[in-house]
Amino acid sequence: MTRRLLALAGFASGALAGTAVYRRWFGGSRERLDVYFDDGSFVTFGAGSPEAARLLPLARQVLVASGHA
Amino acid sequence: MDAAAALADLVEISPQIEAAAVVSGDGELAGSVGVPEARAALLARAARELLDGSAAFRSDQGRVTQLRAELAGGDVFAVAGEEQAIVAVAREQVAPGLVFYDLKRCLVALNAGSTGGKAADARQEDRAAERGPGG
Repeated sequence: MTRRLLALAGFASGALAGTAVYRRWFGGSRERLDVYFDDGSFVTFGAGSPEAARLLPLARQVLVASGHA
Repeated sequence: MDAAAALADLVEISPQIEAAAVVSGDGELAGSVGVPEARAALLARAARELLDGSAAFRSDQGRVTQLRAELAGGDVFAVAGEEQAIVAVAREQVAPGLVFYDLKRCLVALNAGSTGGKAADARQEDRAAERGPGG
């Protein structure tokens, strides 16, 4: 019984730790750019892509210039 | 409707929008709200570069109609028409569909006269009715 409880506690701790690590690694870099075109198409440039590397700084300029960053 | 009036209506009906500006096709500022005056021109130029830069990734010269940049400090939205665009800065965790809807209405109001103002008046009347006679 004790062994089973310890296993359950270990599993829960591991799941919590995994969630925390996932959120730390991926939650902070959720920056992205969604672009919609007149033909109805749509593209997302995620952080880390070359397109985002060029365009997200411009979006940040807009945010900073607005005074609400 | 001029840009100042359209933007005033926009931030009134969309409290999640903290700042907005109307930008012409060449990056000139046509009006702004919630933006420090000294930085408004910089914001307009950056917004135009962002729209033009986004369009440049399409080889067939497709026109960008709207975009959303999700950033750590907030979200940047833009809706572009044939001649001008509206760019807005909103808090994080906003409903993008609602922001795009309000920006499009604002752009229509800019292009088509007083439509947006009447719509804003109608929404204000709706809210007043919801609050009741004492509100």
